[in-house]
Amino acid sequence: MDKVIIAKDLSLSYSNNETIINKANFSINAGSFVFITGASGSGKSTLLKSLFGALKPKQGSLVVGGVELKGVSNKRLNFLRRHVGIVFQDYKLVKEWNIEKNIMLPLIINGYDKNVAHNQVDKLLQHVRLKHQAGKFPKELSGGEQQRVAMARALSHNPILILADEPTGNLDDYSSQLIWNLLEGASEQLNTTIIVVTHNIPQTMNIDYKHFHIEYGSIHEVV
Amino acid sequence: MKSFKNHFSLIIALFSILFSIQVFMIVERSIDAYKQNLAKNYTVIVVSQKALSKDDLFGINKLISESDELSAENVIKRLSTGMNKKNVDLLKLSLPKFYKLRLSYYPSSDELKQLRKDLLKHRYITKIEDFSHNHDTTYKLLLLLKGIVSVFSIVVMVVTVLLIFKELKIWQYQHNERMSIMGLFGAASWLRSAVLYRLAIVDALISSALTFVAFTYISSSRWIVEQFEYIGIKVTIFDTLNDFLILLAVSMILSIFLVMLIVLGHKEEV
Repeated sequence: MDKVIIAKDLSLSYSNNETIINKANFSINAGSFVFITGASGSGKSTLLKSLFGALKPKQGSLVVGGVELKGVSNKRLNFLRRHVGIVFQDYKLVKEWNIEKNIMLPLIINGYDKNVAHNQVDKLLQHVRLKHQAGKFPKELSGGEQQRVAMARALSHNPILILADEPTGNLDDYSSQLIWNLLEGASEQLNTTIIVVTHNIPQTMNIDYKHFHIEYGSIHEVV
Repeated sequence: MKSFKNHFSLIIALFSILFSIQVFMIVERSIDAYKQNLAKNYTVIVVSQKALSKDDLFGINKLISESDELSAENVIKRLSTGMNKKNVDLLKLSLPKFYKLRLSYYPSSDELKQLRKDLLKHRYITKIEDFSHNHDTTYKLLLLLKGIVSVFSIVVMVVTVLLIFKELKIWQYQHNERMSIMGLFGAASWLRSAVLYRLAIVDALISSALTFVAFTYISSSRWIVEQFEYIGIKVTIFDTLNDFLILLAVSMILSIFLVMLIVLGHKEEV
């Protein structure tokens, strides 16, 4: 099976030089659903940041979607990011754009035809049950609705990989369940690789998943 | 309203710069026109013991562009009352030759000194009158004005550029989040900052158009034209095509350059 992510002796640290992840070795197969857990400050989000190149490896090697992220050029990094969908706990929607334009962002960046992009956004709005909110701006939506918009945006360009950082951290149970359903759907129907950083793995997961745990800078798979 | 205020600040700042550049160009043109006027009317009188050919005079200094011999008839008429013809002929022979020299342009004080030196080196030239003092005062006054306008323009430009930079920093703050989010999805740098460039270009166009309108009005003002007529010079206050293109280029280059600085200074926030 193809590997979407391969980490070899991967070490990550911020500018203060404190090592967050120390010589981690792991790989993730294409199409897998992966949870990364760990205590607060253990380095879960740091690891996720490194997977889309927001933090470059200090030592070792990290290959994502065939792109080596150690010393990666901006051009290669942009190329990788165009094939990745990212979901954040704080949604990161563009405030001055309406919902439709927010979802369309990856399609614009990937140079989709306008009509194709509109049709795709239309489908996704229905899928995340926000068709009636298309013209609204993020501040006019609830947290759960905003996260569904972020999910639709992450799915819009059929990415090879979706990275989600605590996607249900700020949501109530109902909204959380909707987000998990959307992630499960993407994994099952589109065979997208999904990596979710979270404190707690939901009890209601209906699909097979892998579980990595981070502790004291090292990553190990929980079997 | 907030967006309008942002635009307004940049437009006014760019307008100030363009205005000072155009004023500087007008002063420069006025001084050039005055210099040409001076050169046209300005002559140096040379007294020589013997007749000098034009080639002799032109060879002394490159500044000399024309030479005319002044007739000595008036002097002879005044002195010859009661003289017989023989004595008048002798007087004619003993009188020195007078030459009026025109220069290719109005020289600086140093060039004039050098011209005097070169002329006096000639073995037949005994005296020179350059009347420089009369012209020099006005010319030096104009140069002083040019200096003051230059300093003033530079100060205006520096202060305004700093203000623009501050304004663009506010823009950067406003657009930072959107630029970062676009970056997360792989948008190239130009696409992330396209809005900033578009705003800067629109504002540069508006400020150039405002300067165009202002100087078209000023150049058609009767009062302004009269002021230049009083000094005896004709100056193009605003060349509709050339000046507008210069101002447009300056405002475009300046605003795009400042946006580029802002874009290069952008740091991804995740």
